[in-house]
Amino acid sequence: MSTASNGVEGLLRDLAPQVLGVLVRHYGGFDTCEDAVQEALLAAAVQWPAEGVPSNPKGWLITVASRRRTELWRNDAARRRREETVAALAPPDPEPASAVDDTLTLLLLCCHPSLTPVSQVALTLRAVGGLSTAEIARAFLVPEATVGQRISRAKQRIKASGAEFRMPPQAERSERMAAVLRVLYLSFNEGYTASSGSALIRVDLTTEAIRLTRQLHDRLPEDGEVAGLLALMLLTDARRPARTRPDGALVPLAEQDRRKWDAQAIAEGVALITETLARAPIGPYQLQAAIAAVHDEAARSEDTDWRQILGLYELLHSIAPGPMVTLNRIVAVAMVHGAAAGLQQLAAAEADPALAGHHRVDAVRAHLLDMAGDQDAAHTYYELAARRTLSVPEQRYLESRAAQLRRPAPTM
Amino acid sequence: MKYLILIYSNAESRKIWEGFSDAQRAEGYRYYAGLNEDLTASGEMIVSEALADPSLAKRVSVREGQTMTTDGPFAEVKEHLAGFYLLECESMERAVEHAARIPEAEMGLVEVRPVLDLSEMGL
Repeated sequence: MSTASNGVEGLLRDLAPQVLGVLVRHYGGFDTCEDAVQEALLAAAVQWPAEGVPSNPKGWLITVASRRRTELWRNDAARRRREETVAALAPPDPEPASAVDDTLTLLLLCCHPSLTPVSQVALTLRAVGGLSTAEIARAFLVPEATVGQRISRAKQRIKASGAEFRMPPQAERSERMAAVLRVLYLSFNEGYTASSGSALIRVDLTTEAIRLTRQLHDRLPEDGEVAGLLALMLLTDARRPARTRPDGALVPLAEQDRRKWDAQAIAEGVALITETLARAPIGPYQLQAAIAAVHDEAARSEDTDWRQILGLYELLHSIAPGPMVTLNRIVAVAMVHGAAAGLQQLAAAEADPALAGHHRVDAVRAHLLDMAGDQDAAHTYYELAARRTLSVPEQRYLESRAAQLRRPAPTM
Repeated sequence: MKYLILIYSNAESRKIWEGFSDAQRAEGYRYYAGLNEDLTASGEMIVSEALADPSLAKRVSVREGQTMTTDGPFAEVKEHLAGFYLLECESMERAVEHAARIPEAEMGLVEVRPVLDLSEMGL
């Protein structure tokens, strides 16, 4: 099971999808069941720390959620002016005999293709991750009402689309799994942010995303891309202690104090991706994890095996091309074949409409010009990129790069 | 991504509004209410406010630790901010779609600005 369980909160998050699965399976009606489970979780979060965790926490949650579901369902029925009283259904057996695991089915439902990615993420974090609306709102820095709307609308959409709580047919499975992995990856990335001031307490989405991906990997150990995504998260998160300065400024990979990296996470990630690459069909998450592993295995920045990284980017470019892959590949080209070669390829890549005018092109060009020794031009492009980025930490980083190039050169 | 939609007001737009009948104004309010409802229902609305008249504005300056204020109106301002929407949208295109529904857009008085983000977008 998950390792992220700390106290009541961890227990509740682990139980959330199991309890929801039991309810939906028993009563049907995902939207009402999800609301009921959310209320049961909130009740437990208040009561358990004060009164102690019940001896059968899962059974407690199922009972409370079932009661709440019946109330919600009755209110709903009354609203629709249904006259006849319908006997409340008996609550489901707290320990169902079937060992059916509902977490995956839930994940697939929450990442239904009729939803926008933002809604998929919010719904997944609540229904599968057991996070409250307030916690999700804090994590995304938006008002609680906005998240609440997003979730209730997402559930309406699922209902309207006719989707049901069951595994999608095999033909749809791989496409639907891709959506699940994207949602987990988005949650991870959203959490992988620099802290910005002490007043800001964000729910640790990175840890949540790793926990959910680990759960999924436990269920589908043979799936190479699930393993690849988990390895990618572990290998990326391992650098977290080194990637920001105390003032919140970003430290680029090449300048990080690698002794601060989490060696245990790196070892786990490297072992996982090595084992996966050897047996599973190759996929984009595995390749990204392999690239992260090569970086993490270099004790010093200058020890980085750029030839291997370039090879992996070539492969990634051929199976899952994208603007960021193109740019990262060009950086690797420059590291292997020199800045001039990189700049030449960058000029060609800019013809792609997805990259034309993108601030990352300016940032990469600045970096390559800096490598080539053309400091004036590098300064110009760092400033241009800083003006165009939408990310605060990235802007600070690019501005400081530009400022460094303006400082008088040390005496020769 | 968050986007701020800024709605400006100028002499020309004020004249049009002042020339409206009560029924036309009621229609205008209804239109905005509908727009707000749609944005709330889609989960994209974060906050929206209409601003009071600029004559009620105060310009604040601090000199040697002393706070001083100057009352509006500020004659040099031909166009002023009249209201805003802070939205959470998938893309700039989507934000522009919403902005285009604001009546002032017909007079070129609507602007969309992306909000800086704390994420690093995979740096």
